[in-house]
Amino acid sequence: MHETYVHGLEWTVKELFTYPNEFIYWTIQIVMYPYLTGLVAGAFVLSSLYHVFGQKDLEDIAKFALVFSFALLLGAPMPLMLHLQHPERNFHVLVTPHFTSAISAFGIVFSFYTAVVATEIWFVYRKFFVEQVNELKNKEGLGNAIKRNIYRVLTLGAYDISPEALHKDEKVSKFLAGFGIPVACFLHGYAGFIFGSVKANALWMTPLMPVIFIMSAIVSGIALCLLTYIVIMEWQKMKIHRHARRHWHMTEEEVKGAEIDLVRKATKYLIGFMIAAITLELLDLIFRGYTAVKSWDILRSVIYGKDFRNIFILQYGIGNLLPFIMLLIPGVNLKRTVIALILVLFGVFMMRWNVVIGGQAFSLTFAGYMEYHMPLIPHNLETAKEGLVGALTVMILPFIFFYFFNKIIPSLRYK
Amino acid sequence: MRFTRREFLITAVKGAIVTALPMSAFKLLTPDEAMAAVKKTRVRWGFLVDTRKCVGCGFCVKACKLENEVPYDTPVTRTWVERYVILKDGKMLADTPMGARDGFTDQKVQEKVVNPKDIAKAFFVPKLCNHCERPPCVQVCPVGATYQTADGAVLVDRSWCIGCGYCIMACPYGARFFHPVYRTAEKCTFCYHRITKGLKTACVQACPFGARQIGNLKDPNDPVTITVLTKRVSVLKDEYGTKPQVYYLGLDENVR
Ligand code: SF4
Ligand code: SF4
Repeated sequence: MHETYVHGLEWTVKELFTYPNEFIYWTIQIVMYPYLTGLVAGAFVLSSLYHVFGQKDLEDIAKFALVFSFALLLGAPMPLMLHLQHPERNFHVLVTPHFTSAISAFGIVFSFYTAVVATEIWFVYRKFFVEQVNELKNKEGLGNAIKRNIYRVLTLGAYDISPEALHKDEKVSKFLAGFGIPVACFLHGYAGFIFGSVKANALWMTPLMPVIFIMSAIVSGIALCLLTYIVIMEWQKMKIHRHARRHWHMTEEEVKGAEIDLVRKATKYLIGFMIAAITLELLDLIFRGYTAVKSWDILRSVIYGKDFRNIFILQYGIGNLLPFIMLLIPGVNLKRTVIALILVLFGVFMMRWNVVIGGQAFSLTFAGYMEYHMPLIPHNLETAKEGLVGALTVMILPFIFFYFFNKIIPSLRYK
Repeated sequence: MRFTRREFLITAVKGAIVTALPMSAFKLLTPDEAMAAVKKTRVRWGFLVDTRKCVGCGFCVKACKLENEVPYDTPVTRTWVERYVILKDGKMLADTPMGARDGFTDQKVQEKVVNPKDIAKAFFVPKLCNHCERPPCVQVCPVGATYQTADGAVLVDRSWCIGCGYCIMACPYGARFFHPVYRTAEKCTFCYHRITKGLKTACVQACPFGARQIGNLKDPNDPVTITVLTKRVSVLKDEYGTKPQVYYLGLDENVR
């Protein structure tokens, strides 16, 4: 007989009356997937704020958010791959998409969005590519030659950097930035639709799901961009600082870290979207309690009982209310912002967790419960993929992508 | 001869209609398609469970696991039997240990010893995939690996399923799981390999009390059809709009 493996058995604890086939089938990777696409969408919206709505003071972070969004985007299929029981068959989604399924559109939406972001990056950086080709022309060494060739390919043969041409570039990238917003929202809103349309799941099924997902996505995207921006800028400052102290030839004024004005401005948007997200979530909750359909008894026991800590303390309390207050109290400085941002990111993560895992916390019988015990130390492929190790891999990957992107298309100006 | 544009267009349209007509007529009369159309409407598999006859022996579960090669010692199963115990205070207790593969050998329900004097009513309910007329599991499969045959059976193509689990999430009845060996979505097939050859499903054959019956709902003389049409039958969770095709006799409002 073949080796048998009951998917879900290892990490599901059942209680009271559940059907025999019920397990936690959608685990941490399905939490990570909307979390990542949410970050993608949010980062893109942040970059568009500058391009489309002319928020000039966001210029510094806009480029960074754009490139970072791309790095996150390339990491987004990863959790899905780790989740599939047959990842080697992933291309089936592309060759036989079954369009009544929300997941089937993934390949198309994802490629389309990737194309939009890549094109925008190209228009934003075309001038830079051409400049690099010219600059590296006279430099010696194999490294420079390779680099120059990379840039030559990247220009795609468009070397015209006359003011008119650049003006055109700007116009196109502005258009793409605007066009990308609905596409980004679609990419993520549809992740919300994947859940919201499952009528068998009493917690998931609500038409508000896509909207809630988009709002919290923008919150998380802005938060992560800001956080990464602050950390990188401050780290650069520290590095130069140390260097200066050792060599006595750089004064402190020349080194600039993260700009507090920019941070404040971006935080304002963050707070705005946070309010929208929380309002919608509370509306959903109140509505469920008020209409109290058949599933409400079990939902209430999960929301106010089993998952109370996860929902009200970790998500709403520590993840929403606390950072909200921290950002609203006057005199925000970088340190406080950083802590608040980390909390916000945690809050959005908990929201995804409470939707995905919380949605499976009760049985389809409405008379039993299931609990997910995330595998921390893996002892086989499954517990590695769908446990802590898999989640961390998925989280780290975009940063590695970004590191390499940043070598070729520097998106942060160190002044 | 000189054509005006108008004339030309009229002639062209006429010509198109003239050539199209016999083609479509021919198409309507293709013997293969005519046969298929008749066939399509001749069979609709349906199932009848008489809960009043079920004693919870679990022979059906055993037979199903062996017939369909669902690893015997795993908790997942294509069909299962639930035991309901309703106490006099209105409380409901229910369980299905190992899907009732070995029947119900323990007096304890949900880890509780129940005093027979406290029991108001108790009964067994066999469950299986409902081969829904409007199956949400088929709707959500991103690659079309889950599909509905013309005669109503909902099946999974093991060679095409990517194992995303969306269908498992979408089924309100908990009928689906991942096959412990093939790692693809798995569920009751109404023993499609048997019924299409004129045999009964393994569970129907194994049930010593005739609690389970399979039949063709499009055949007015089929015993299942007669019962469904003339008796007071019900289905599970009709509020989901899935139009289940497993009919029950003697269901109780406590049944989940
Ligand atoms: S019972 Fe579940 S698996 Fe069977 S057809 Fe209906 S929805 Fe699909
Ligand atoms: S698990 Fe397989 S059959 Fe089910 S939805 Fe995914 S691909 Fe389709």
